[in-house]
Formats: sequence, C-alpha cells, structure tokens
Amino acid sequence: MSPREPRATVPVTIDGQEVDAVEGETILSLARRVGVPIPTLCYLDGLSVHGGCRLCSVEVDGDPRLRLACATPVWQDMDIRTSTWDLQEHRRRIIELLFAEGNHICATCVSSGACELQDLAATNRVDHIHYELSYADEGVDASHPKYVLDRDRCVKCTRCVRVCAEVEGASVWEIAERGGGSRLVAEMDVPWGEASSCTWCGKCVLVCPTGALSFKGRGVGEMRHDAEVVAFLSRARNEGEWVNRTDEEVPS
Amino acid sequence: MAAPIDLDDVVRFEREERARFVRRALVCTSTACVTAGALPVRDRLTAALDEAERTDIGVVSTGCPGLCSRGPLVRVEDRAEQTTIYTHVDTEGAGAIADEHLLGGQPTDGATTMPPDLPFFARQERVVLETAGRIDPERLEDYVGEGGYHALAKVITLMEPAEVVDAITRSGLRGRGGAGYPTGRKWALLAEAEADTKYVVANGDEGDPGAYMDRTIMDSDPHRVIEGLAIAAYATGATKGFVYVRAEYPLAIERMERAIRAAKRAKLIGRNVLGSSFAFDLDVRVGAGAFVCGEETALMASIEGRRGLPVLRPPYPTEKGLWGQPTMINNVETLANVPAIIARGPDWFASLGTESSPGTKVFALAGSVADTGLIEVPMGISLREIVFDMAGGIPNGRTFKAAQTGGPSGGCIPAQYLDTPVDYEHLRDLGSMMGSGGLVVMDDSVSMPEVARFYLAFCRDESCGKCVPCRVGTEKMHAFLDRICEGTGRRRDLQHLESLARTVRATSLCGLGQSAPNPVFSTLEHFRDEYEALLVDLEEPDAGNRSEEVAHEPA
Ligand SMILES: Cc1cc2nc3c(=O)[nH]c(=O)nc-3n(C[C@H](O)[C@H](O)[C@H](O)COP(=O)(O)O)c2cc1C
Ligand code: SF4
Ligand code: FES
Repeated sequence: MSPREPRATVPVTIDGQEVDAVEGETILSLARRVGVPIPTLCYLDGLSVHGGCRLCSVEVDGDPRLRLACATPVWQDMDIRTSTWDLQEHRRRIIELLFAEGNHICATCVSSGACELQDLAATNRVDHIHYELSYADEGVDASHPKYVLDRDRCVKCTRCVRVCAEVEGASVWEIAERGGGSRLVAEMDVPWGEASSCTWCGKCVLVCPTGALSFKGRGVGEMRHDAEVVAFLSRARNEGEWVNRTDEEVPS
Repeated sequence: MAAPIDLDDVVRFEREERARFVRRALVCTSTACVTAGALPVRDRLTAALDEAERTDIGVVSTGCPGLCSRGPLVRVEDRAEQTTIYTHVDTEGAGAIADEHLLGGQPTDGATTMPPDLPFFARQERVVLETAGRIDPERLEDYVGEGGYHALAKVITLMEPAEVVDAITRSGLRGRGGAGYPTGRKWALLAEAEADTKYVVANGDEGDPGAYMDRTIMDSDPHRVIEGLAIAAYATGATKGFVYVRAEYPLAIERMERAIRAAKRAKLIGRNVLGSSFAFDLDVRVGAGAFVCGEETALMASIEGRRGLPVLRPPYPTEKGLWGQPTMINNVETLANVPAIIARGPDWFASLGTESSPGTKVFALAGSVADTGLIEVPMGISLREIVFDMAGGIPNGRTFKAAQTGGPSGGCIPAQYLDTPVDYEHLRDLGSMMGSGGLVVMDDSVSMPEVARFYLAFCRDESCGKCVPCRVGTEKMHAFLDRICEGTGRRRDLQHLESLARTVRATSLCGLGQSAPNPVFSTLEHFRDEYEALLVDLEEPDAGNRSEEVAHEPA
C-alpha cells in the first residue's frame, strides 16, 4: 500500500474525546495526532519498539492490564484513559526510580536544559525522590576521539543500541549483564575508542535522551541532541521523502 | 534402516524378563539420592550379587520415588508383591541388605525401613510420577514395559490430530508452569496456525527456588516427556521440538539426551514415526540458568541463541514464535500428563482433582516438616492433609505458621486457611498461586518480613533489567525491606514499599516483575502486625509524611 493512500479509520475514545483513529496505528500515534500528551522515553519514531520504560502505560476500558501506548494498536471502540490518578502515580514513581538509579545531577550535566528525563520530571511534577539513591559508579568512557559515554547517566532505553543496529547497521552497542547490573557496552565490552565497528556517525549521541552520550568538549548545559533525525532518515528510506514533517497528516 | 520398535513385543519380553527375578533391589539414582551417596550403594549391591553369581536377583537404578529426605533409598521387591523400603542406606548397610535380604531372603534386621503404608506414599495419586522410581530411566524398554509409548502409537494409528486436541481439551488439563492456562486451548491455537514449520517446546527451565518437580520428571522418567511432546506435535502439526533444560540440571540433561537418542533409534521420534508418515525431530537445548528464561518469550530468544529477554506479547508464541514460526511452549509436567490422558481417556482425567482444576499436581515439599520430598496429590486436597498427614507435621515442637506456594511469584498462606483446597483458583484468591509447585512450610520461628525480603532479593537478582519498574523497583523495594527488617524502618518506608509494589505489579513487562511484589502483598495481608512491630515510629502517620499521596492533587 502506498503511504499516500488514505487508510480506513475506526472510532476510538481517548480521555473522553471521540476521535477517528487510523486502522492499525498505535495508541501513541493517535494521541500525538490529536494532541493528547502521553509521556515516553524509550520509544523513538523510526526505531523498533522496545517497551522497556513503561512510561506510556495507559488504561483501556475492560482490560485488567495496563497497555503500552507505544506498542498497542487501536481497535474499534477502544476507550483509552491516559491520565488517571493511578497512571500519574505510576509514572511519577517510574521517573523517581530512574533518578534514584543513576547520577542525575542536573547542575553538573552537559545535557541540562535539553534532557528528556529532566523534562519528564517537570511535566509529571516529580519534585522529590522517595527512594534510596544508588550512587552509580560506572565511571566515564572518554576513549572515543569525538564522543563521551557517562554510564552513570544512562537510563537503558536502548535507543542508541537500536539506532546503531537498525539505522546505521553497525551494531556497536549492546546491553550486557542483567538486572541492576546491566550496562551499555561497546562490542564485547571494549572501550568505545577501540570499537572498530564504530563508524563515528554520531547517531547514538543524537538520540540519547540524557547526558549519557555527548559530544566531546561540551560543558554543562551545552549538549543538544537531535532525536528527530531518526524519523527523518526512516521517512527518507521508507517513503522516499527527504523532508522534515513535523505535523502528521490527518487522514481524510 | 531398522524397523520401528514393536511395542507389544517389548512388553512381553520385559514381563518374561521380570519373572526371571526372585528379587529386585531398586536403588534411587535421582539427583538427591546420588548426592546422598546412592551410587556406591548400588555398586555395593551389584558387587555382592556378582560375587555370589546370582543372575536371578536384579539391581535396578531407578528415578525418584519422592521421599528425598530419607535417601539414599533402596527398595527390595520380593516376588510376592512384598516390598521393603530401606532408608538412609550407606555402603555398609548395602552390604547387609545384599547378604541378608537379597541373598538370604530375609529383611535385614536393624536397618531403618519405612512402613509400606506410610501416608507420605499412601495418600498420593501418581499420574505424572506413575513410573518414576519404579523404572530405570536410562532404559527405553523399562518405560515401554510399563505401557509407555502406547499412547503415541494410539494417536498415530487410531486418532485424527483434531481428536487428540479435543481429548486434551475435554480432559480439562491446565498448564502446570504456573498460570494454569487451559492446555487444550493452547494446542488448538497451534493446530490452527498455518505455517510450514511449527515448533513445540517443553519448558524445563524450572528456576523457582526450592522447586524440582520438572527436574525429577526429566531425570526419572524422560521418555514420558518425549511421548507427551510427540503427541503434542502430532496433534498440532508441529515437526520440530525442543526440551529446554537449565544447565544446573546435568543429570536431567544427560538422561533426556540419552532418551531422545533411544527414542530415535526405536523410531518413536524422527522420520516416519512407528512406520507412519508423521515426522517429529527433537533436541535438547541447555539454558544458562537465568530464572527469566523460563518466561516463554525469553526462553525462545535463548533457544535462538540470543539474550534471554522477554518481549512484548502479542504476538503470542502460537502466532509468531521460534524463528518467526508458530510455537507452543508447554511445561514439562503438563506434557507428562498427556500420555495418561490419551491412554486412559479424558473422562478418567477429568474425574481426578476438582472440577475447575482436574488432575493431580506434583509438589516439592520443603521447610519445617518431618518429611520433605516430592509428592503427587489430587488437586483440591487441603494444605492440612499435605502438611500434617503426609509430611508428618511440624518437627521440634514448633507450630505451623504459613505455607509458601508459588515460589517468588507466590505468597504465604497462614494457618487459618489450612483447610482450603489446593487448586489454581483458591490459591489465587488467597493472594498466592500454584506456581510450578514449590511448597515451603514455615514454623513459628520464621519472620514474615524476612521471608518477603528473601523472595524479593531473588527477583531483584533475576530481573533481566529490560524494564524500569522491575529493574529498579525490585531493588528499591528490597531497600525498604532491608530497613524494616533491620529495625530502622519508619512508617513512611512501609507506605512507600506498598505504593511502589503496586507500581511494579501494574507496570512491569513480564510475569517476573508483575508478580515480584506478591510475597510482599501476601505477607502484608496476613501478617501486617509483624511489619508494624518492626517499625521505629509507631504513632499514626501525620499528613505531612504522606507527601507523595497528597501533594499532587490531580490538576
Ligand atoms: C519469570 C517467569 C519464569 C517462568 N519460569 C517457568 C519455568 O521455569 N517453567 C515453566 O514451565 N514455566 C515458566 N514460566 C511460565 C511460562 O512463561 C509459560 O507460561 C509456561 O511454560 C507455559 O506452559 P504451561 O501452559 O504448560 O504451564 C515462567 C514465567 C515467568 C514470567
Ligand atoms: S519485568 Fe523484569 S524480568 Fe520481565 S522484562 Fe521487565 S526487567 Fe525483565
Ligand atoms: S515509551 Fe512505551 S514503553 Fe517506553
């Protein structure tokens, strides 16, 4: 099917609002189109779905389980709630957990002011961390000539892993170990600068939501990411359109 | 090419062979007894018979009869249906048994034996473990001699695949891997799926601490699992199967592999099974021992050689599984029920146990009971019968406090529910679950917050790390429990523990994270006073402490 061809629509209710959803689209895609905010972290347009951060969990009427907005296609007459009190509480706790796990000290971070975790804390009104801090101490890998990895700021969203494997085709990154010990590693856990498969393309740095991956030489608050580059590239590849399309077309 | 095995011939031969023996000594060589020294015991018996040049007395290495706490076990069968079970046998004792009983014909004086009507055995209903402990798991003929592979022959020669699925559905069999999903429904889903290659997998990962039902089935009666899988394959149109066993089960792996080779040689699996056009190829896959690899999507990743991480469902394995093909994962014990259901009929099976949970369940009994080991009981039996009648009650003058079922995903059941029937629904209603069948009995010396902390530490260590609530949430829940157990916890720690537990349960990706808070919830529900007693500020919480609950009124 050509992407231009209008697709069938199905009626869906989202936060009480009756809307036409495109058949097969995810709850997240619908929500973004109609302007309902749903927080996300691991999801990125143009990459495969990971489903690890759980921030986009929403309630669907008649479903005892929460559903992931980023992974669940809409169905006819679906009744979605995105901001019940329970959901807001779950999100705040997940964000707090991320803050407790890493060293997210904004005052010393290259990405301060352009950090998705910082934004999530603000938009979800997290103003206190109730959990014991882990004081991550993985240290910094500055062995690459152009980029820096600070594992203590990594939220393990795997965007870098996916963009490197799926878009660049280099597969430099992987998560090693498990549970709380899991960590981002280059190749078979070599210093990044020694990873011969790295093409120096920098896409991992562009998609990183926090200050974990940055350009070398940036000071506090000087790092700017550009995660939308992936959507641009995937649109160019899959649809042959070399455009930045910020507003999605509304189906006729 | 060799001809397929003639099952009836084998049965006849085995019967004649059996009749040749005046007496037989059955020595358990399953994991627990081997660890307790069963192999030198067996060798001592064999040596004595060799020396006496008695070929009419047999020594058989069997699988596990179940009473693991009294091993090594030697069972001497005299011809007249008379059995003496010797417990805690050492090599010296083996010498005496050989001389006095096997050769002399008189039960050995002074040796510790077990009354044949011991309730531990008498109250059991053995379907899955029917032949475990009675046959040599390394001899295909032993299994066939007891009626083994006749169900497979029956489905291939007499039944259409759809009839087999229907029989399993009508039997009411439910998955023994934890959730109790109706097995027939799962088989039907795979049967309906259209693809060139379909897979069936026996899940023998069994990572719950304290559980060893599946290990025992695999090391004591491996052919039963193979037969179950082959019938599943025939019914669903699968042509390739795997038995997934964790690396910590070397004996189970060895015996499964040996059994698969023997079954292939006998044409019970492979191409042209029993001379028919049905083909089924089977292999063992060894897992590296991560608990999460028992979760079906992680298990499939592991079989494919990838990192064992759960992935989002749907698509379900029966739609898109191994290498993208429809795949069905059944627990080892689930599959071990199948031959009996086919052989004796679904109605017979449905008459066992309770209406909603037919059949039996194997439990691994551990903790504060006189006898620990493996038992197979009808569903619906009460906890009281298991703990007090079969396992001999609580030793050392202590009293029963709780029974933990379902392992790290389950919960603790207190004394007032001892008469509750044990089945899927009742355990779930009590905040626990059947799980794979671990049953740990705790006496009044046990601290319940400590129990919750123990199981939570397990889940924290076994979390794969993919999703935030489980990866970090279990760690932080554990930190709260640490404080509480060590006597430095405050009321707000308990409140945060509970609220975080709700989030971990609601938002985790797979069953590990979703059920990790269960031990906390169930101990809080039944033993909250023990938590309260450990808190250092016992006064009522003031509103200021509950900032998380009240500070953010919805906009
Ligand atoms: C964390 C986790 C661990 C599991 N471990 C096992 C296991 O060791 N053995 C097992 O049979 N099922 C295990 N399961 C359940 C399987 O995902 C699956 O439901 C089961 O094997 C299906 O078989 P059944 O329908 O016969 O029960 C586990 C599930 C989870 C979430
Ligand atoms: S719930 Fe735990 S084990 Fe399951 S995917 Fe999430 S982190 Fe991994
Ligand atoms: S955005 Fe959906 S799980 Fe992370």
